[in-house]
Amino acid sequence: MIVSVASGKGGTGKTTVTASLATVWDESVLAVDLDVEEPNLHLFLRPRIEGSEAAQLKVPVVDESRCTYCGACSDLCQFKAISVMGRLILTFPEMCHGCGGCIAVCPEKALSPGQRELGEISWGEAGRAGFLMGRLRIGEAMSPPLMRLVKVKLDEMIAARGGDAIIDAPPGVSCPAVNAVIDSDVIVLVTEPTPFGFYDFQLAWEAFSPLGKPMATVVNRAGLGNDDIYRFCRDKGLPILAEIPFDRAIAEAYARGRIIAEVSSELRETFVSMLGRIREVAKQCCPKGVAHA
Amino acid sequence: MKKIAVTSEGPSLDDQVDPRFGRAAGFVVVDLDTMETQYFDNGQSQVMAQGAGIQAAELIARAGVNCLLTGYVGPKAFQALSAAGIKIGQNLEGLTVREALERFKSGRVEMAQAANRGAGR
Repeated sequence: MIVSVASGKGGTGKTTVTASLATVWDESVLAVDLDVEEPNLHLFLRPRIEGSEAAQLKVPVVDESRCTYCGACSDLCQFKAISVMGRLILTFPEMCHGCGGCIAVCPEKALSPGQRELGEISWGEAGRAGFLMGRLRIGEAMSPPLMRLVKVKLDEMIAARGGDAIIDAPPGVSCPAVNAVIDSDVIVLVTEPTPFGFYDFQLAWEAFSPLGKPMATVVNRAGLGNDDIYRFCRDKGLPILAEIPFDRAIAEAYARGRIIAEVSSELRETFVSMLGRIREVAKQCCPKGVAHA
Repeated sequence: MKKIAVTSEGPSLDDQVDPRFGRAAGFVVVDLDTMETQYFDNGQSQVMAQGAGIQAAELIARAGVNCLLTGYVGPKAFQALSAAGIKIGQNLEGLTVREALERFKSGRVEMAQAANRGAGR
């Protein structure tokens, strides 16, 4: 089972929930930080890093002695990462999405794969849990290519060690967030009952519903705001797995980099029961989806 | 022979200079020897998510242009235009195409050494 922990709004508690769930997990689990633009799961799980590697994207390199300036590569590339103007061929590696199409269509075999560094992938152990994260290179604009490489490593690690995985997803509802949840078996949306939290929660529900995966909600900072989220979840048939109270002791523990499930036995029990309910939800399929994709 | 492309909001010499290069509405291309004009629509670049400046540079390079008059040019477009040997006159927004050409012909447009806008803007 792969569980992704997502949200619309940032700062609702994805990492708090992920770290705590990883800590109380009852089987072998791999904790994965896919928020590669600003990974922070390691600050809480404090893993022992056992290995790391540079993640590279394949970008085209031109052999001008073979190029006939036919423009097939340039016509194919919708990102203008390769451009032919008369007897001139230019590449813009930072625009390349790494699809390899230009290399495949070149009739002269004048293009070969070069590399653009996307960032770093590192892995290790955090107590009983395995640990994996990606960190985007500063200045790199695209996170999905790195996320895809982290997921390749995730598959390798799960194949080797067995068990489950829990993914700490990036916030928002655009490509990075969708990339983080798209291969999971269940999506846990962490939200807070504030107007901003509720608004972005609805966006997340709309964005992820067409994926047809079981979804469920964790309400963090319960006690703040109003009942809108509870009403929405009831209407859409979204189970609320747990409420985490808006509580000073929790905020203080978080600020010290502690794992919330270790703050009190009540909180530990909250996450143990959350895990049980996630397993139940994961067995369901075909939740009520939105009509449009 | 000298062919000048001016980013333009419309097809005539009396239309306003479009301040944007990559996402300009179009280009009025003028042959300075004959003063013949030709209009190239740039709608295809306007709808691109990225790479509009590079595509626009391809368009005017294929039209045989030697010099571009416009408002702003981003770094990738600047690189592509420079590689194609096209000279660039910037900061001509607020003029009509005709006024920009007159200013160029009187020698009052300095050719740019660098882009005057960030990428994607």
